[in-house]
Amino acid sequence: MSHGSGGRAMAQLIGELFQRYLDHELLILGNDQALFTPPPGRMVMSTDGHVISPLFFPGGDIGSLAVHGTINDVAMSGARPLYLAAGFILEEGFPLGDLARIVASMARAANAAGVPVVTGDTKVVERGKGDGVFITTTGIGVVPEGILISGDRAEPGDVILVSGSMGDHGVAILSKRENLGFETEIRSDSAALHELVATMIAAVPDIHCLRDPTRGGLATTLNELAHQSGVGMQIREDAIPVRAEVAAACELLGLDPLYVANEGKLVAVCPRDQAERLVETMHGHALGAESAIIGEVVEDPHRFVQMETGFGGSRIVDWLAGEQLPRIC
Amino acid sequence: MTAESIRVRGLVQGVGFRPTVWRLARACGLRGDVRNDGEGVLIRVRGSAAGDDAGVSGFLKRLYEECPPLARIDSVERRPIADPQGLADLAQQQDFVILESAATAVHTGIVADAATCAACVAEIRDPADRRHRYPFTNCTHCGPRLSIVAGIPYDRARTSMSAFPMCPDCAAEYKDPADRRFHAQPNACPVCGPGVWLQDAAGQPLDPVVLGVEDAIAAASRFLADGRILAIKGIGGFHLACDATNPDAVAELRRRKRRYAKPLALMARDLEVIRGYCRVTGQDAALLSAPAAPILLLDRLDSGGTDRVETSADDAVAPDGFRCALPDLESGHPGLEDGFRCAPPILRCRGAPPWPLAPDVAPGQTTLGVMLPYSPIHHLLLADWDRPLVMTSGNLSEEPQCIDNADALGRLGQLADILLLHDRAILNRVDDSVVRVMAGEARLLRRARGYAPAPLALPPGFEAAPPLLALGGELKNTFCLIRDAQAILSQHLGDLEDAKTAREYERTLALYLDLFQVVPEALVVDLHPDYRSSLIGRDRAARDGVPLIGVQHHHAHLASTLADNGWPLDAGPVLGILLDGLGYGSDGTLWGGEFLLGDYLDFQRVAHLKPVAMPGGTRAILEPWRNLYAHLESAGGWAAWRARFAGLEPIERLDAKPLGILKTLIARGLNAPLSSSAGRLFDAVAAALDVGGEVLTYEGQAAIALESLAAVAMDRVGDGDGYPFARSIVPTGEILDPAPLWDALLADISRGRPPEEIAAAFHVGLATALGTLARDLARRHEISTVALSGGVFQNRLLLESVARRLEADGLRVLLQRQVPANDGGLSLGQAAVAAARVLSNDSVD
Ligand SMILES: [Fe+3]
Ligand SMILES: [Mg+2]
Ligand SMILES: [Zn+2]
Ligand SMILES: [Zn+2]
Repeated sequence: MSHGSGGRAMAQLIGELFQRYLDHELLILGNDQALFTPPPGRMVMSTDGHVISPLFFPGGDIGSLAVHGTINDVAMSGARPLYLAAGFILEEGFPLGDLARIVASMARAANAAGVPVVTGDTKVVERGKGDGVFITTTGIGVVPEGILISGDRAEPGDVILVSGSMGDHGVAILSKRENLGFETEIRSDSAALHELVATMIAAVPDIHCLRDPTRGGLATTLNELAHQSGVGMQIREDAIPVRAEVAAACELLGLDPLYVANEGKLVAVCPRDQAERLVETMHGHALGAESAIIGEVVEDPHRFVQMETGFGGSRIVDWLAGEQLPRIC
Repeated sequence: MTAESIRVRGLVQGVGFRPTVWRLARACGLRGDVRNDGEGVLIRVRGSAAGDDAGVSGFLKRLYEECPPLARIDSVERRPIADPQGLADLAQQQDFVILESAATAVHTGIVADAATCAACVAEIRDPADRRHRYPFTNCTHCGPRLSIVAGIPYDRARTSMSAFPMCPDCAAEYKDPADRRFHAQPNACPVCGPGVWLQDAAGQPLDPVVLGVEDAIAAASRFLADGRILAIKGIGGFHLACDATNPDAVAELRRRKRRYAKPLALMARDLEVIRGYCRVTGQDAALLSAPAAPILLLDRLDSGGTDRVETSADDAVAPDGFRCALPDLESGHPGLEDGFRCAPPILRCRGAPPWPLAPDVAPGQTTLGVMLPYSPIHHLLLADWDRPLVMTSGNLSEEPQCIDNADALGRLGQLADILLLHDRAILNRVDDSVVRVMAGEARLLRRARGYAPAPLALPPGFEAAPPLLALGGELKNTFCLIRDAQAILSQHLGDLEDAKTAREYERTLALYLDLFQVVPEALVVDLHPDYRSSLIGRDRAARDGVPLIGVQHHHAHLASTLADNGWPLDAGPVLGILLDGLGYGSDGTLWGGEFLLGDYLDFQRVAHLKPVAMPGGTRAILEPWRNLYAHLESAGGWAAWRARFAGLEPIERLDAKPLGILKTLIARGLNAPLSSSAGRLFDAVAAALDVGGEVLTYEGQAAIALESLAAVAMDRVGDGDGYPFARSIVPTGEILDPAPLWDALLADISRGRPPEEIAAAFHVGLATALGTLARDLARRHEISTVALSGGVFQNRLLLESVARRLEADGLRVLLQRQVPANDGGLSLGQAAVAAARVLSNDSVD
């Protein structure tokens, strides 16, 4: 893709490319905005900028990730996501073929999720002022009546669940980017979780918290919830699902899978007497087949997230200031 | 009439000091009074004429000579009394009396827990004494202190003895200044005090009468002789105990505790028993027998401990392989009497002493950690034992030890067959202290029971230091308060990554602030952003609105050594050689092999070990082979070494590892932080020699294995025959590069040189390189004193060889003594640095 001073031809090319894949009626209308009538109820809105290297990885690419990431952020309020908006920043010289792949993937992900991209924008920046492509997506959704899911609602006695194995996405990205060549290819878990969430709240309307453990992984998400709710959390190492190949890769790399990003998993906190029902419901959904109860919320003025280890100790799983930096003297 | 006041400062409260003053004053015919107050002890005496000075001097001389065992006189100041009220008071006084202290003014010192004194031991052994076999016998000269205290002022109501009102006999002792138990807060006897009992792991009581023995402790001794594992509640925590000469029992204990490699501590009845296993010098004997009664690391008589003598069936009364099965005991009882009769009488069950220790006690170590009984429970339990017991902390690996009965049943019930419990609550966990004699002096490796919370005097120049709190490091944590020119270090608290320890840390912090009445004017933390202690410090400083002072890890190690040695505030800089696993550097990289030129206030990093990657970050701390690979990669590249030493065992071993991925980590700087760590260099050498384990289970494991290996061959390696290091100057200072040693070391391996000589040649080489560099730096910077600290200097071979070299070059050497060279001593250094900065009105941020 060349850009040059005029770039009119370019803009046209890009426009055609977007229209070919992102063909929602509101978008092809050609207006600078999408016009629709909101359904009744409380609306939620979320936005996320997606910057990732490599752009293509086992299990997805930046296009599908941009769709899933924002759908998930909307869905973690218990909402049904309705529409997405997408903003592209392209670096001059970015191959059009790659762009086509990304946009097609984005369209496929949005279609599969049933959450269309209804408005968007593209900017091209000079070579060297971007990193291939950045995509910002914004989503809106509507929260069903009677649902109140929020990070400050975890209560002592509640149970903590995860919807599947931890660390897949981060390890997949790292091993692809650095060409680490593990024996088994590790795939990103990138997926849209709103349908799983819909079945969960249908079965257990009183879910207290939902959050997708993306950057910083499960450890960071649990610490966020513990702090927001003013509680402690007690989890069990052997209850946390981690794929054998991910565990092996993490051991080799010296990473703790609890701090590695996920893109298709959620953490749920619900009352104890609902936990069995919730985990069974989750097991019934393809994206929750490996769901597990990993621990409980406890009273704790220190708001520690602590984990019983295989050795019988109880380690604090802390927020980290930066990288996973060794502490042992 | 004339009168004078005598001010005594030091450890003089709660240790039987006033009764001693009272007794001596009367013996010297003095009239006056003595009391505790905020500054220590105040003695007032009336003199009728000028000639009385001799009486007072004689009295003071005897006070020094007959100072009670737990007391320490730091200073005595005499001055005439001028105020009319004071003179009038004394004029009335026809006798010498002890005055009640004015509670408000008293900084009641809490002293350390002390081992049972000889007088108390004699009482529990005397069938005619009312405390015969009483497990809680103590007096002003011995017994629990810190472990039972809840607050100040230190009196019985604020200890766990508050649950036991004294009987008239005990109360009479308590009130009588002439009695050894005058104001002994934990005073007790069988009538009024706590008691012991036995339970099985299911919580069922075991009645000694039914068991046919004298009491619960006698029964416990029988169970131990029978090969059982016991949880024993002691002074500051629980021990797990078993017969150290029973290989099955020791192996089983390790399996249950999931402690597979770390040496187990031993307790022996007396010095004679210890002499059967270890070399014991006069200095060692004195250390073992002191009121602190630490675990002392002693050289084993046999070097290996692998020789295993099977018990001969003839030696045992019981039929071969018979075990007095616990289920019988639980289900009450048929067969129980049989079970007991079968237990071999302790003195006859195995040949003649000394019986060989089980090989699992301290695998691969040339030292044993041994202590003497320090509570009446231990004295009674070990009375018949002429072989040692394993006495290891009552916990699973990684956890802090239990202190609570319910907790013990829950956690130790799975580890022990039988629990020996008592009902005197342990309010503060105080682990056994660990001491090693190195370079001629006793040096603390873990400072806890018997030492904490005794204050350390700060060096000259710190008199005006404000109250401070230094929060310490992450592992082996202690914290440090500064008050009245004294440093008060907490007992060893442990690893703050553990949730229980972290909670205990905050609780202990609150207790110390209360006990010592300190309101810190600044908080001091390590620079590492993720240390729990740093997080807590940051939070507290923000909450209380006090300044937070960050101190670099190795600067704290350096300042700790200075303070430990009384180095005056204005005495100028020294050169520090600070070697440890790692600490956060002021440039944001990881340090650990540092030459710092500095004083309390500031430092300059003048030289360091060459930074080498730690591929896999924390994983590299657990897996020594990663460091061997990283060091070889750094020293000319793995490919070259692999080509040169093709087929060599360590090269083959490495070659089977996923080195490609590690190479990527290093090349891309992915979770492979560069570190100038000395600890990782030891790991790398240990990996080359295949000692210390594939995956380490405790800190320093590989380095300790390397030291043990080298110990037997040090005298076979000449002073100049150590492996070489290279030096180079870069803009930021001088670099000590271990690269050249690999060539010599691998060549020695391929030549078949014995591994112990290789380990020794590494020690000698490192000591030579450190010593030479230090000498040159000292000359260049006109420095005459070198301080050695950091966890790596718990290695006796290295410490002694470096110190000897420096001294031979005419340098003065400062070593840690009262606080550990490991991170357990960090808080003292942090506090000293912060105090120096505040005093110089410097950089409080
Ligand atoms: Fe250190
Ligand atoms: Mg997001
Ligand atoms: Zn005593
Ligand atoms: Zn009594």
